[in-house]
Amino acid sequence: MSSETIALNAVGEGSRPIGERLHDWVVTVDHKKLGILYIVYALLFLLIGGIEAMIMRIQLIVPHNHFVSPQIFNRMMTMHGTTMIFFMVMPILFGFGTYLIPLMIGARDMAFPRLNAFSFWMTAFGGVLLYFSFIGGNGLYGAGTAPDVGWWAYAPLTARAFSPGHSTDFWTLALLVSGIGSVGTGVNFIATILCMRCPGMTLGKMPLLAWLNLVVGGMVIFCISPLTAAQIMLLIDRYLGGHFFDTQAGGSAVLWMHFFWIFGHPEVYILVVPAFAFVSEIVPVFSRKPIFGYPIMVAATIAIGFISFSVWAHHMFTVGMSSYGNSFFVFTTVAIAVPTGIKIFNWLGTMWGGKIQLQVPMLFCIGFLFQFLIAGLTGIMLGTAPFNWQLSGSYFVVAHFHYVIVGGIVFALFGAFYYWYPKMSGRMYSETLGKLHFWLFIIGFHLTFDFMHIPGILGMPRRIYTYEPGRGWEIWNLVVTIGVFFQIAGVLAFVTNLLWSLWKGETAGNDPWDAWTLEWSTSSPPPDYNFAATPVVRSRRPLWDLKHPEDPDWKYE
Amino acid sequence: MSSATVTRNTAQPAWVLPSRGRVGMFSLIGAESAIFTIFVVAYIFYLGKSVSGPMPADVLELPIFSTVCLLSSSLTIHLAVRGLRQAKVGAFGLWWFLTLALGTIFLVSTGREWHHLIYDKGLTVSTNLFGTTYYSLVGLHAFHVTVGLLAIALTMTLTLLGKVKPEHGERAEVFSLYWHFVDVVWVIVFTVVYVIGR
Repeated sequence: MSSETIALNAVGEGSRPIGERLHDWVVTVDHKKLGILYIVYALLFLLIGGIEAMIMRIQLIVPHNHFVSPQIFNRMMTMHGTTMIFFMVMPILFGFGTYLIPLMIGARDMAFPRLNAFSFWMTAFGGVLLYFSFIGGNGLYGAGTAPDVGWWAYAPLTARAFSPGHSTDFWTLALLVSGIGSVGTGVNFIATILCMRCPGMTLGKMPLLAWLNLVVGGMVIFCISPLTAAQIMLLIDRYLGGHFFDTQAGGSAVLWMHFFWIFGHPEVYILVVPAFAFVSEIVPVFSRKPIFGYPIMVAATIAIGFISFSVWAHHMFTVGMSSYGNSFFVFTTVAIAVPTGIKIFNWLGTMWGGKIQLQVPMLFCIGFLFQFLIAGLTGIMLGTAPFNWQLSGSYFVVAHFHYVIVGGIVFALFGAFYYWYPKMSGRMYSETLGKLHFWLFIIGFHLTFDFMHIPGILGMPRRIYTYEPGRGWEIWNLVVTIGVFFQIAGVLAFVTNLLWSLWKGETAGNDPWDAWTLEWSTSSPPPDYNFAATPVVRSRRPLWDLKHPEDPDWKYE
Repeated sequence: MSSATVTRNTAQPAWVLPSRGRVGMFSLIGAESAIFTIFVVAYIFYLGKSVSGPMPADVLELPIFSTVCLLSSSLTIHLAVRGLRQAKVGAFGLWWFLTLALGTIFLVSTGREWHHLIYDKGLTVSTNLFGTTYYSLVGLHAFHVTVGLLAIALTMTLTLLGKVKPEHGERAEVFSLYWHFVDVVWVIVFTVVYVIGR
């Protein structure tokens, strides 16, 4: 299976002209190159979205600040949200999925390599379209630049009367275009995982990362499509004079909210389930134990996938739904905490009694576990309608979902970066810089997002560009903004580590972590063809079987 | 774990996986269903909410003939695929051409209906909510018919050039799934727009 050594075929790579090598990257249909393209593209947007967040936090550091105008603040808020969700977290998770899934299931490439390239370039084009609004958003009216309607773009803000110029059109088209790319990726994930597995890898023997991404693929095709539909309706309203969301002609602004959140809430799970997948791969390797409760993990993920489509209106408790509607969505929202809680117990069960190795990927995963737990608890608080009536639209909500996205998803993502960096680059990262990154980032994260809950409870509304002094919010806003600078320092350590290690890192070898899944059986970085011979697996941990022929897993599974 | 006696099958069964074409097409159909669901929900939600006329009952007529044509095309494409599977490229071409013709009749009928509604009845996208939702839903379906017809026409051309071979049977079948889906959507659109909504 993996006993043959594969010679690196990179000889002469450096001697080819740079134009030719760039051309290779543009026309490639290779899942590894596309995965890296996704990741690099998303990191670029991480920096842009981060700068936008920083501008907002500097504006809010003291009351009555004049760092930016209210107009610019609204644009930063909209662009930060849209960028981070659609052009940072989603592409980066798709990138890891695209890179890892074929390697982990022992395949040569994705099921549809050209569709894979198409999806990436659609996503990339969507991001360019969004940012082109800074230049082209003025339109014939000379009004507006970047979109300023919030990432949820509630009606009637998006109506022609309130969004003259083309800013909202760029927002709509960017999401429409990248949505087509996302659906392509979803289709590709499903087809790859169901149809490209190597011999012996039955569904029950797949690595959890493949299982979880299968569920993500399913959620993508069913939840991005409603957003696409809603964007088409918005375009019809704006360009053809339709009345979908035009309340004066009988249309409904609330319908947009429903359509948006039917997409919006499963979207959260599209983002977090791949993060679960990373943690499910990293925690066992660094605890030196197989994952605890594999079938339950799969079942819990599928349950999350289904329930995530029935919780959307917990974003709308303050809109004024019937008491039955409120009760239903409270019930489903609390219910989805059960499979999520099962997962946390399974990761703890994996660590329990294991030989835990506190290297950087594991540190980030442990951070993820604690922070995601707290994020889930504030989620249950906000998912309870009476509590929500008090705190909806406050900074408490902002703190909650950043706890999910930064404390949960981004921490797992950093763990994944350190864990698979040796495989993707062939080099080890610097453990010292990695630990520096972890500690700076975790301090910054907690300074920012722990203390962001408090002004929310004290009544500070979200989306405001400034506030009055004397309400007890100043000290909290100051602390929150100071935390941002720690986070930036952490990210700088991260980027330095990535770049420095690419040139100066130690050679990683095939399997630096003594791990168990198939991607570690091939060279680092893997050759174009992935595996010289198609692997055959008999258990969930094929490399364990190979390394321990006297005590293989398949005897017990 | 409870213990159970298991007889292990030592003979290695052949490693068979689902066809990626079918899985991919079913996934795409899932995504398309979600888009149509949203448009159908919007149509039903806005039934009777128009603040001015014309109303569906005033202007819509049952498009029986075009419906029969479109639904029959599901049968013809099925027969075409079966022909190709049995290596009868001639039969494939004939049934495929019929599918193209029936689909085109449907599209032309929709065009004539729209022309009638726009020029005789004064109903456009911006007239009222009925106009907005009607043209969006029927138009979205017609767009899918158009895409399907373009693909059918392309395959027809390739057939006439003699490029279509029996080994393309699975691809034709995968495409036919899309065409069946477009037909099923029409049954729903027909029911919602012309039966319930009128």
